[in-house]
Amino acid sequence: MKTYKTVRMFKGRISFLVDRRAIKVFGIAAIATAFIFIISTGIGEMTISPLSVVKVFLGGGTEMEQLVVTSFRLPRIIVALMVGISLAVAGGILQGMIRNPLASPDILGITGGAAVAVVGFLAFFSDENNALTVSIKWLPLAAFIGAGIVAILVYILAWKNGVSPFRLVLMGIGVSALMQALTTLMMILGPIYRASQANIWITGTVNGSTWDNVSVLVPLTVSLVLIVLFMTRNMNIQELGDDIATGVGSHVQRQRLIFMIISTALIGVSVAFAGGIGFVGLMAPHIARRLVGSSFGALLPVSALIGGILVMLADLVGRTLFSPLEVPAGVFTSAIGAPYFIYLLFRTRNS
Amino acid sequence: MAQAIETKELTLSYGESIIIQEMNLSIPKGEITVFIGGNGCGKSTLLRSIARLLKPKTGVVCLEGTEIAKMSTKDVAKQMAILPQTSVAPEGLTVLQLVKQGRYPYQTWLKQWTKEDEKIVNDALKATGIEELKDRAVDSLSGGQRQRAWIAMTLAQDTEIILLDEPTTYLDMAHQIEILDLLFELNEKESRTIVMVLHDLNLACRYAHNIVAIKNKEIFAQGKPENVINSILVEKVFGMECEVTKDPLFGTPMCIPCGKGRCILKQRGMAHA
Repeated sequence: MKTYKTVRMFKGRISFLVDRRAIKVFGIAAIATAFIFIISTGIGEMTISPLSVVKVFLGGGTEMEQLVVTSFRLPRIIVALMVGISLAVAGGILQGMIRNPLASPDILGITGGAAVAVVGFLAFFSDENNALTVSIKWLPLAAFIGAGIVAILVYILAWKNGVSPFRLVLMGIGVSALMQALTTLMMILGPIYRASQANIWITGTVNGSTWDNVSVLVPLTVSLVLIVLFMTRNMNIQELGDDIATGVGSHVQRQRLIFMIISTALIGVSVAFAGGIGFVGLMAPHIARRLVGSSFGALLPVSALIGGILVMLADLVGRTLFSPLEVPAGVFTSAIGAPYFIYLLFRTRNS
Repeated sequence: MAQAIETKELTLSYGESIIIQEMNLSIPKGEITVFIGGNGCGKSTLLRSIARLLKPKTGVVCLEGTEIAKMSTKDVAKQMAILPQTSVAPEGLTVLQLVKQGRYPYQTWLKQWTKEDEKIVNDALKATGIEELKDRAVDSLSGGQRQRAWIAMTLAQDTEIILLDEPTTYLDMAHQIEILDLLFELNEKESRTIVMVLHDLNLACRYAHNIVAIKNKEIFAQGKPENVINSILVEKVFGMECEVTKDPLFGTPMCIPCGKGRCILKQRGMAHA
């Protein structure tokens, strides 16, 4: 069997070269995602068989099952899936843009900016009795704004006749460190009760997700990912370097700005609703690259699903392993992610 | 003769330091032009500027009479391709995926693999002799094969003009000749205009119709190798003493550096004495 299949339709008005392996891998990943989605929905304090879960999805099942599935579990699992997708796609874009497989959303300081905003929000809007003076509903917005401001800051600082990937990374690392310092400072100065709340947020958790969150997150994630899929051609060319990309007629700086905006938006929405879940943006695109190669048309969709699977699994483990204690999903993504990162560094050292 | 590329009063700089000063250069169509000069003389910078990878400080670059800065970058990409000095392919990218990207200026989101794309990509793979390697990862290839893959990508761009910045660097002698022969044939058969930077003066003399020697931010000499390359030029441009004789195979100028080294001629003489 040949590796590629040529698709031409409507008298050549539409034409693609499709990688058969990528389609196969995507299919398997999609099935795995659905499978884990259903299993995860069924597992918890009250175990519901996968079949019953599907029944509930289709409007059946007992009243109790319906309550547990739709009210308690579905929102957080959907949020976990979306967050995983966002982080993975953003990570994939950044790795291509910076041309380094070790790049991740944290490296540009974007997550750090969101963390400062969250801690600042919790500190400034608390009164003496440790009660929040404004609704906690505004927290995601604060996180999103924090992420956005830092992204703009890094972009401006890195500017020198255009933005080079190298300068982006350097500025990102610098700004990241600054954000971390600010976060620590505010946590120490702020009320202790808030510090632990902030800490859980910084680690990243999908606990307490609501249908309201889902109704914001799903349309945002889906539309951003769709936009990304229209831009894969430009990402492919940019990954060959600025000179080559300019040589074949790509508007490198304009495209880079767009990638930066989209990845910031993706990171922003996920950070806003689930905090700083780490390493997904690093691992998912990397695993996808191993499976389908580095063409973004194949890489990003597969990476998205792997990201979704990772966060759903991390959340599942986090809420069941030490039940009734809840462990934030971010603990588990980091627990797998950090060793994976070291392994990556180790491997690049030897090549 | 028609000019493929012209620069008018072109001044190039990196920050404050001027690299090329008010240069008026004409590159003839359908010929092989080679830029030569010492390290850091600005020949690569000039090539990059012609390819619009570097904005001129002042002056303009014209492509077939039109100012390049006033053309859409995609239109430029359909007329002129550039292969920069060092290019690194992302891990795992296959040769076909790389070469296919040369079609970028012709593609739209819905049209990513037309019959024409397929034909031209296959021709490029054939011309560079890497058809069998098309499903291999670029980073798993040898230096010569890898360079051919990149050249195939520039060929897939299907342009009249091809610019190459030291296409033979890091290649052993056999591969150098192979790459240059390939470019020679492209020029011969399809009369494409080829402009490149080469370090090897003797190979430059052999393949170029037109040599541009650069020194002190300016054109020192330009013309047929036979007319411009002599020991005085080499002395002035490279700051090296040499003797220029004829290439025994091609009759083109061949430069033999004086310098130092074991001297068998002398030793032999001494043995007789």
